Amino acid sequence: MLTESQPHYRQPLLKTPFHERARALSQVDSFVPWAGYTTVDVFTFVEQEYFAIRNAATLYDLTPMVKYRIAGTDALRYLNRLMTRDLGKLRIKRVAYSVWCDDEGHLIDDGTVFRLADSEYRLCTGERQLDWLLASSVGFDVQIAEVTADVAALALQGPTACAVLKNFGLQGIEQLKPFEIGHFALPAAHDVAGELMVSRTGFTGDLGYELWMHPEDAEAVWDGLMHAGRDCTIRPIGSRALNMARIEAGFLMPNVDFVSSERTLHVGSERSPIELGLGWLVDFNKGHFTGRRALLAEQARGPRRRLVGLDIDGNKPAHNALLYTQRSGKHAVGAVTSATWSPTCKRNIALAMVDASNMQTGSTIWAEIYLNRELVWQRRMARARVVERPFFAPERRRATPPADF
Amino acid sequence: MYDCIVIGGGHNGLVCAAYLARARRSVLVLEAAEQVGGAAVTREFSPGFKVSACAHLLHLMPGSLMRELGLDARGLRMAAAHLPTTAIAPEQLPLALDTGNGSELASCCAADAAAYPSFQQRLQRLGAALQPMLEATPPRLGTDSWQDRWSWLRLGWRLRRLGRRDMRELLRIGGMCVQDLLDEQFETPLLKGALGFDAVLGANLGPRSPGSVLPLLYRTAAEVRSVSALAQPIGGIGAVSQALAAAVLAAGGQIRTGTLVDRILIDDDRASGVVLASGEQLQARQVISNADPKTTFLKLLGSEHLDAGFVRRITNLRAGGVTAKLHLALDRLPQFSGVAPQRLLGRLLLAPSLDYIERAFNHAKYGEFSAQPIIEVTVPSVSDPALAPAGKHVLSALVQYVPYQLVGGWQHERARFTQLVIETLEQCAPGLRAGIEAAELLTPADIERQFRISGGHWHHAELALDQFFMVRPVPGAAQYRTPMSGLYLCGAGCHPGGGVMGVAGRNAARELLREAA
Repeated sequence: MLTESQPHYRQPLLKTPFHERARALSQVDSFVPWAGYTTVDVFTFVEQEYFAIRNAATLYDLTPMVKYRIAGTDALRYLNRLMTRDLGKLRIKRVAYSVWCDDEGHLIDDGTVFRLADSEYRLCTGERQLDWLLASSVGFDVQIAEVTADVAALALQGPTACAVLKNFGLQGIEQLKPFEIGHFALPAAHDVAGELMVSRTGFTGDLGYELWMHPEDAEAVWDGLMHAGRDCTIRPIGSRALNMARIEAGFLMPNVDFVSSERTLHVGSERSPIELGLGWLVDFNKGHFTGRRALLAEQARGPRRRLVGLDIDGNKPAHNALLYTQRSGKHAVGAVTSATWSPTCKRNIALAMVDASNMQTGSTIWAEIYLNRELVWQRRMARARVVERPFFAPERRRATPPADF
Repeated sequence: MYDCIVIGGGHNGLVCAAYLARARRSVLVLEAAEQVGGAAVTREFSPGFKVSACAHLLHLMPGSLMRELGLDARGLRMAAAHLPTTAIAPEQLPLALDTGNGSELASCCAADAAAYPSFQQRLQRLGAALQPMLEATPPRLGTDSWQDRWSWLRLGWRLRRLGRRDMRELLRIGGMCVQDLLDEQFETPLLKGALGFDAVLGANLGPRSPGSVLPLLYRTAAEVRSVSALAQPIGGIGAVSQALAAAVLAAGGQIRTGTLVDRILIDDDRASGVVLASGEQLQARQVISNADPKTTFLKLLGSEHLDAGFVRRITNLRAGGVTAKLHLALDRLPQFSGVAPQRLLGRLLLAPSLDYIERAFNHAKYGEFSAQPIIEVTVPSVSDPALAPAGKHVLSALVQYVPYQLVGGWQHERARFTQLVIETLEQCAPGLRAGIEAAELLTPADIERQFRISGGHWHHAELALDQFFMVRPVPGAAQYRTPMSGLYLCGAGCHPGGGVMGVAGRNAARELLREAA
């Protein structure tokens, strides 16, 4: 826990319960801060880790994900007023992805809501939100507490993820459906007696699970999974490889594809869920929620911008590229927010925020890409087509039971 | 099905209802108490002794409003108008705040006597320039609406017409503390105390608090259109409410007293009526709340129908009162040392100096009541003998600073504080205590409970620069409309505030009538 005695800039980054294991396996010692913790950016090299996501099984330390326990008789009413989605439809032992907005309908953040019991939920989100969560609780009988440090979490993702868990000893894991939660006793062979909560969720768009456990069980679970996955070429991955996979899956990254309206400094840099293509998460018929009136007005007049997927000519990732309607670069229409070469799709893909007018699937625009070839800079205008997201969505991500591969 | 339901029959609710009814809207006023008026009521607090329960003088209500609603024709008469003000202090000669060469001020300090009229005139010029601002709907920021632009232009033109010297003065003193302003002008502590008293009365401010000139400007501005200046209606302040109620009925509106509203009905994200505590439902096209903003939004509407950011602003609204009311039933006319009996027609201010006021304020900052409170005293039975049994009198006093939330709670301290106030008065009126037949003290906590005003603040929300004009009560509800369509505010929590002025109610009615019923 953070101590009161030191100013924040002197406080060391926290270590997750998996830190010692990660440090032992890290070849390049590349760690980055995330929500107050130090976490691995790259273990070996990005491409190797990326291919493990798509071809084998990977472990990713999710512990810094900020977790809140939301409970009380009004928990559901509270969440439905906080979030844009109708969580009344979320059954016990299920997970839903949702977003929440401020009064102006601008996105504050996104996250996943776990319904653990009738009136008990867990909210997982990338950044701390307690101030807004508490401000939203006025008038509701609900208790909100941060439980980030109380729960260690690992993402196990990749085509062989289910096989690894079966080897690990989780009986019946193959029956777990997407967005479902299961509770399993930790197999006795691993010398711990705790419980493991498994949700079939993830940030890769592939077959995968997220494992939630007591911090004291963390190392035993890590060791057990690494052992159980040795024939499936399991390997730990860092954030860089995960980022490639999530762009292929078309998932948004806070502070990359949008900035929380709680943090924006410039008027106009906020984003609404409608602009971000998350209109399907907004339920206008469930009753009032924060931002509803503003979003209704926005829907009526139409969004000004739109987040789109781009398929760009060539193989040079269009990082931060400005976008134009014509090759001449005269009429700017937006900019790329996330870009990568997709090794699986063999396409040069990107997520971009563009002016909404005249922009639909199939439209052609031009991306201004800068290349550094042995210290000589070149500027390329590459043709880009607006395409549907996700770029990569294998059937195995939904198959129940998953194949053994 | 009514066109309009007004929740709360306080003076602003009645004013709003009367204007709506005159515009041929079907209007129903729902008042929880057995008589209309809200905090502007006359009550019997001891057998045979009646008193204005909260506000006890009428001085801010514009003459135009009283004329338009025909309050005169409905029996509203003043027992006394243009009431004189006398500053009193223990063991000091009182000071009559009159102007002129023969005044007590002239004999006390010639320089102050010379400066006083020009000080008053300048304040009145600034007040006159600001007065239209009180009657205007505050403009919204960042809109393309011509109504908002026009509103800015009018305000700008008014200020421009002040001329360079007064404009500079307004800019200079607008955010200043009243002590600095008065120290520039005057020497006599008693005079400064009395003028400072009027600046901080009802406000959670001391004379050294920044922005304490603003309430003085506000008071001056509101008084510009008053026909009677400080006045005492026959039958107490409740007579104003009775006349307003008569105006509502005469225009075809209906009033139901003893009818408590439980909550506002919502239909398809629009206010569609109210549910009474009895369970009865009443439908209306427009619902207007005369209740304070916290009660309206958090209790009657419910935060689940509002955005979280808006609710946070309402929660943070500063609405804790600091003014208490003391009522004494007296078996004789009180004698204030050195005060001529005819001056008891008016008001006596016990605030011997600015330092005294600031010290009194210090206690309230920490949740304690003042060891030496500041007090405005009136003896309404002098001009209106019907308020008390023959030969007896009623004393009505505003007492400040009395925190809404007292450390330790009011249950145990009420009796002690009542005695402390009486002792303080006794120092200026020896023998007062011996004549007391009954005493009633209303702390802000009592006012909250008895008059259903969250925080017990007579302006419903503190009148300070951060809760003034375009941001009163909070951004997003400053034009009498609220985020919930069909729901409007008309109470003192709106611009321009309370004080039995009625302008908030009239402004709200004007905004409602802009919209098709």
